[in-house]
Amino acid sequence: MTKKIKRVYGYLAEFETASKLYKGAEKVRDAGFKKWDCYSPYPLHGLDHAMGLKRSVLPFFVFFGGLIGFCTAVALAYGTQVMIYPTVVQAKPANLATIAAFFPIMFELTILLSGFTTLFGVLALMGLPRLNHPLFASKQFQKATDDKFFIAIEVRDSNFNKEETKALLEGAGGSNIELVEEEI
Amino acid sequence: MADAIQSNNKPKLPVLEREKLILNGRSMNWITERVCGIIENPQPALWWVLFIPSFIIAIVGLGFGLTYLVSTGVGVWGNSNRTMWGWPIVNFIFWIGIGHAGTLISAILFLTRQNWRTSINRAAEAMTIFAVCCAGIFPVFHVGRVWFAWFLAPIPNANAIWQNFKSPLLWDVFAVSTYFTVSLIFWYLGMVPDLATIRDRAKKGSIRKFLYGLFALGWRGGNRQWSHYEMAYLLLAALSTPLVLSVHSIVSFDCATSIVPGWHTTIFPPYFVAGAVFGGFAMVLTIMVPARYIYGLQDLITRKHIDNMAKIILTTGTIVGYAYLMELFVAFYSGAKYEMAAFTYRITGPYAWAYILMMSLNVLSPQLFWWKSLRENLWVVMGVSMCVNIGMWFERFVIIVTTLPRMFLPGDWKYYDPSPVDIMTFIGTIGLFLTLFLLFLKFLPCINIAEVKWTLLESDPHHEDKEELEDKGVKVERPYQVELDTNKPV
Repeated sequence: MTKKIKRVYGYLAEFETASKLYKGAEKVRDAGFKKWDCYSPYPLHGLDHAMGLKRSVLPFFVFFGGLIGFCTAVALAYGTQVMIYPTVVQAKPANLATIAAFFPIMFELTILLSGFTTLFGVLALMGLPRLNHPLFASKQFQKATDDKFFIAIEVRDSNFNKEETKALLEGAGGSNIELVEEEI
Repeated sequence: MADAIQSNNKPKLPVLEREKLILNGRSMNWITERVCGIIENPQPALWWVLFIPSFIIAIVGLGFGLTYLVSTGVGVWGNSNRTMWGWPIVNFIFWIGIGHAGTLISAILFLTRQNWRTSINRAAEAMTIFAVCCAGIFPVFHVGRVWFAWFLAPIPNANAIWQNFKSPLLWDVFAVSTYFTVSLIFWYLGMVPDLATIRDRAKKGSIRKFLYGLFALGWRGGNRQWSHYEMAYLLLAALSTPLVLSVHSIVSFDCATSIVPGWHTTIFPPYFVAGAVFGGFAMVLTIMVPARYIYGLQDLITRKHIDNMAKIILTTGTIVGYAYLMELFVAFYSGAKYEMAAFTYRITGPYAWAYILMMSLNVLSPQLFWWKSLRENLWVVMGVSMCVNIGMWFERFVIIVTTLPRMFLPGDWKYYDPSPVDIMTFIGTIGLFLTLFLLFLKFLPCINIAEVKWTLLESDPHHEDKEELEDKGVKVERPYQVELDTNKPV
């Protein structure tokens, strides 16, 4: 039988309620941790502040996604109708003055490309898809998508200390503290 | 923390507690169990009773209707040289309009912070997707030689001629395909946390664990994910809001940019959008009231939700009624004799029966919702919803079919009759819609589990602080208000 090698991911602590998680998060933030996260079954508003997170940068990407969509539409509609192959349908010309007729195309493509950028941008920012994660090794963590709240502090954090971090989580109100290990 | 809430409460005005969105003090675990239970447990017999006929209707109606159409030609439809649009386009506008309520609930009510949307948004968005699927069938087959439908895509044909980008019909292609794509993204992204819930409940090594795990993309529910996720959700809501208004506006341009009397009016875009929301909400109620009963979701989709939806039906129904009357007034006021003739023909001509049906079902029937007792009677709600579903189909029928057979050349005038193939195809799409919706109920979480939990009082991270206050934090109720007060830069 081969011996299984395990790698420590970090501590996982359970918090009973959203309020306790919020207060616990403030304590972990003040202790100076960087590689940690709070897990909740629904988006907890205000937790960004308690964790010291900045506003998401997603809108920045989406703006440029939308801009690309707009430029594509201009090239597609104006470029083909006026420049490449002007077609006169029902004696209606196509030139700079008729650009209003291309507005719907520009609008729709702006939205379409913004939508795609939102989807792929948010997946990239969230680090998904990622089908496995060390935390999935924890049995109690399955409740994170049901009704339990957790804080996990990673061993990679420079402030991590086996005893002190555990004591910090206990002091912050955490229970069922577990050292999560993944098999490799 | 508590100070901030205290200072917010300073003017001690009596504040009524809000009606709860989740009844009987249900816990988060109860919500998970109830919604996931629908997927995990065998379906009730009624599900099969509905599914089997729907599936047969979809297969027979669409299979036969479309195969016969493609193998023979569009002549098998009731369309004629003058009434080129007929039922197919009536059905297209009907289905695409149904979808609008889903986007209104998921996007516009999200931006306006209407928290009651959380219980119904998933099912309404699913309805949007399926309705657009049904809608898409008609224009694609209406092009005649369906194997040339790719001519609609923005690529040059064999003679290097591009599409006519000035044509409202091409705008329609862009609008509907964008609408479908963005709605699908919105729906799927909103579902990822709930798919993760089902994944986490499934047995290790089971097919369910694998499949739901695959589509949950490895969601963990960490706040570093939620933070981006919430931003994406907000952005998609902000993108969908103008999008949904544009889609039916552009559909209305198909008519309004022509010079046909009865169509050439500026009121069309808002009139179509209001009608779409109106018809869509009726469809949401038509499918959610029975689903709520069958699956025992009364604590999540409460009387308040139904009451709110009934009020929206009343509002939009009245807007639609206003548009009908304004259309008549403008026809009279314009002094244009062709315009007047078109409307006189609508009201007094051989299609008067359709006009009367449209007026009574769309304008009069929702007026029952002025009475609270009637809004609370589910039989009345279902009855009015069915009336509106039928009435909105007749609205499109009146717009399309009472206008085209009676244009400028009297030699073209002809009474329009649908063919059996028309009827079969339309019934087939109803079957397809129901089939897809029932499969959705069986395989996907029909209620947004994560967002519904968020509406519980104890979901607020400041809930315990508020409990200590004299009025138990009744005044400051919504989490984001507290967040605004306390979220000063770190």
